[in-house]
Amino acid sequence: MSYIPKPSFRHPQLPVNDLGLTVRDYEGALSTLCAGCGHDSISSAVMQACHQMALEPYRVAKMSGIGCSSKTPNYFLNQAHGFNAVHGRMPSVTTGANLANRDLIYIGMSGDGDTASIGIGQFIHAVRRRLNMVYIVANNGTYGLTKGQNSATADRGSLAKKGSANPWDNVDLVTMAIQAGAGFVARSFSGDKAQLVPLLQAAIAHNGFAFIDCISPCVTFNNHRGSTKSFDYVREHNTALNRTDFIPMKEEITADYQPGEFTDVCLHDGSVMRLHKMAADGAAGYDPQDRVAALDHIQRRSAAGEVLTGLLYLEPNAPDMHEVMETAEQPLNQLGERELCPGREVLQTINASFR
Amino acid sequence: MVAVASTNEFVVKFANVNGTGSASANHLFAKALFRMGIPVSPRNLFPSNIQGLPTWYEVRISEQGYLGRRSDRVELVVAMNPQSFTADVDSLVPGGYLLYDSTKLIDLSRYRDDIHWLGIPLMDICMREYQDPRQRQIFKNIIYVGALAALLNIEFPVVKDLIADQFRGKEKLIAPNIHALELGHQYASQNFDCPLGIQVRRRDLLGDAILVDGNTAAALGCVYGGATVASWYPITPSTSLVEAFEKYANRLRIDPGSGNKNFAILQAEDEISAMGIVIGASWNGARAFTATSGPGVSLMTEFLGLAYYAEIPVVLFNVQRGGPSTGMPTRTQQADLLSSAYASHGDTKHILLFPADPRDSFELAAQAFDLAERLQTPVIVMLDLELGMNDWVSPPFDWDDRRRYDRGKVLDAGQLQALDTFGRYVDVDGDGIPYRTYPGTHPDKGAFFTRGTSHNPFAGYSESNTDYVENVDRITRKFTTACDVLPAPVVGKSKRSSSLHGVVYIGTTALVMNEVIDRLGELGVSLDTLQVRAFPFHAEVFKFIKNHQKVFVIDQNRDGQLRTLLINEGDIDPAKLVSILHYDGHPITAATVIDAVVGHLDVKTGRPSPAVQVPPQEVEQ
Repeated sequence: MSYIPKPSFRHPQLPVNDLGLTVRDYEGALSTLCAGCGHDSISSAVMQACHQMALEPYRVAKMSGIGCSSKTPNYFLNQAHGFNAVHGRMPSVTTGANLANRDLIYIGMSGDGDTASIGIGQFIHAVRRRLNMVYIVANNGTYGLTKGQNSATADRGSLAKKGSANPWDNVDLVTMAIQAGAGFVARSFSGDKAQLVPLLQAAIAHNGFAFIDCISPCVTFNNHRGSTKSFDYVREHNTALNRTDFIPMKEEITADYQPGEFTDVCLHDGSVMRLHKMAADGAAGYDPQDRVAALDHIQRRSAAGEVLTGLLYLEPNAPDMHEVMETAEQPLNQLGERELCPGREVLQTINASFR
Repeated sequence: MVAVASTNEFVVKFANVNGTGSASANHLFAKALFRMGIPVSPRNLFPSNIQGLPTWYEVRISEQGYLGRRSDRVELVVAMNPQSFTADVDSLVPGGYLLYDSTKLIDLSRYRDDIHWLGIPLMDICMREYQDPRQRQIFKNIIYVGALAALLNIEFPVVKDLIADQFRGKEKLIAPNIHALELGHQYASQNFDCPLGIQVRRRDLLGDAILVDGNTAAALGCVYGGATVASWYPITPSTSLVEAFEKYANRLRIDPGSGNKNFAILQAEDEISAMGIVIGASWNGARAFTATSGPGVSLMTEFLGLAYYAEIPVVLFNVQRGGPSTGMPTRTQQADLLSSAYASHGDTKHILLFPADPRDSFELAAQAFDLAERLQTPVIVMLDLELGMNDWVSPPFDWDDRRRYDRGKVLDAGQLQALDTFGRYVDVDGDGIPYRTYPGTHPDKGAFFTRGTSHNPFAGYSESNTDYVENVDRITRKFTTACDVLPAPVVGKSKRSSSLHGVVYIGTTALVMNEVIDRLGELGVSLDTLQVRAFPFHAEVFKFIKNHQKVFVIDQNRDGQLRTLLINEGDIDPAKLVSILHYDGHPITAATVIDAVVGHLDVKTGRPSPAVQVPPQEVEQ
């Protein structure tokens, strides 16, 4: 816990959003992570995304498991309820929360240990149920809280701080998420907020499972030469597939670009995600709504040693968990005796069926 | 040769091959007796297997209302399984009857000469009457039910009505089934001296009782108790609980306007996830439950610790089965008491409820949601296979339409608006129960961070030793409050004003206790009884123990877990509590209890031990 109180000073001319809130109204407690931690940049990107979308903070539920990443929900959106569950089990708790109240926005913060190791089963099953949530993995390839063991997303051959090479193959969460049926899959980098913030906005607007694998270097245990999750390594090997603009539903779409340079995708809530192709280094790009092409491309770029970032796959109109389950429109937690209890007379009929 | 003779006091055992469709025919038999107003307790004794292994259905008929399992010895066996034939013959009392398929010649001289053989050429009749091999199999079962109706004097119109009820909506099937019944009835009437020495007679003793299994009853309790979220992972013997919930929810919980469901049932990938879903839903203000058995509870224990410590309501049905590890999945025990009461690491404790019959199962299931939300903690409803998967004669379910759900201490937007400060874990009322809020209630008041780490009264992360101690001590206070609101025990006084000796038990053990008390009374032994209905124990439980010189504690497990809980929680001298143990996977019998009590008290009965006693009358035939 931090013993330094967070200063309450705010600049008088901070921009306000449609709710009249400044970005400071989206803040949380003071972070207790290491200075320079990539995860703090993700928290800050979440605040910016929510502020720009003018989300009411209290309509968000912040979900997490255990680990450095899972502490971050405490560091943004103070007016939102948060749930720091047990290790690797955030997906099931979020599933239950969403079943109880489909009207809130669920933002889950997890890490590579929490998701790719202990929680890989729950992750996959939340994906395949198309749970309507934003699932962010702050991916640093290492266990920070227990001081630097390799995680399951560490690349084979990546060097640990003490010099040993990781002997095991890595788990690639984005291909796994696409295969399991996630409707929105992106990879980003905590050091690239210009890319991350619009991706977060689009992920929040997406109806269904929106997954962002965010490479987020661990400055203390995994930011050295020879690590494939260091700031330097990711900067050097980052291949941005596209750049995203998020255009909220109410804004008029103005064309600043030549046709052919971008694709507009209409999201569930009517807002638009504009994808600017960035075919650098011979990466020809592909239609992000083509699942097979996405998987093919991600694996080719990975084999070429690149860290492919951007929006990788999108299926904007797939039904989410509630549509599949045909649950009531009204959140289940708002139903009372009138809707739930069939009453005495019906029970007498049921009794008769047992005679 | 003597023949056993008894009206309305005997046991019939059906020995079948698993997967041959015998279950519904056997149920038909039991239900016919129920409709004649005779107390009856059918139970499945079946292997953990899909098809091929032996399975038994044992029906105790008892005008005296003794519904517990009597013993391994029966008066009539319907022996349809060659594999278990020898053992089935051996299970008869001397003078008993064995109904078998005489299509193939069996050398009866190889078996016992002190029983009566009732050979019916079932396969022959089926081959003659039916073409379809599946029908030949199915109707064989119905034919023997028809024969039993003649042999035991079951009112034939009652059986015919049951067939009509069973196939309502599929009327085409009624006539062939009744034809099969008649085939059996006719054969028995023509070839045997009907009725036999053992027979039934209408008694109309059951009033408005129902015949239903405990899992279905609990599922209905969940529907009536307002459960909206159910998540589960299939496991015997709890599966039928969630399946019954789904059946009734689909019937009773469809929104009339939209046709959408006012409930959500999710089959999870494992029990861990099932519990996570329940916790997430309850945290967010829905009434949620899961059902499992011992192995599932083991997987859920980390989450149970979170729910205990973060104070989130949970309703969990533990339909107990036998043994550690995979154990005996289709056998019954009450061996999860300790692992459920103290599930999870650190100082944890959970509320347990112990239903004893279907009516109780319904009531405690519905009440579990009120208790979980009032006390903000997991409530584990402890059924067992014996109750969950068998049909029981039970008082009917009842519901008072004025009854309102107790949603516990939850602050709404208006209440939050009026508050200066909100602290999630502040003990405002001094009862140890704090106030909670649902996410999304108020724009800037009432939000908090739910965590399994130690926390201060405002839900902030804290490793302060005083914060920790104050918090866990408050939870202890909450459990003291719980003792007063949990279901009180059921105390039975012996016929003498009160006895020096008492007996304490839980759950389905209650089903043998009327027989135990009556038989002990015949031996001049009187016992006061106490049926525990909840843990932590009510003050009445300890008062009862204090007021008796010696207290027998009946446990359906090897280690005397109920006794351990009593000693541990009540600071009781262990010497005062005498264990009566039963843990072979079969339901407990009255004889087990009687033998133990008689043995311990050194009662001079002058009679053989009740365990080996055969039913009272024997007459010459």
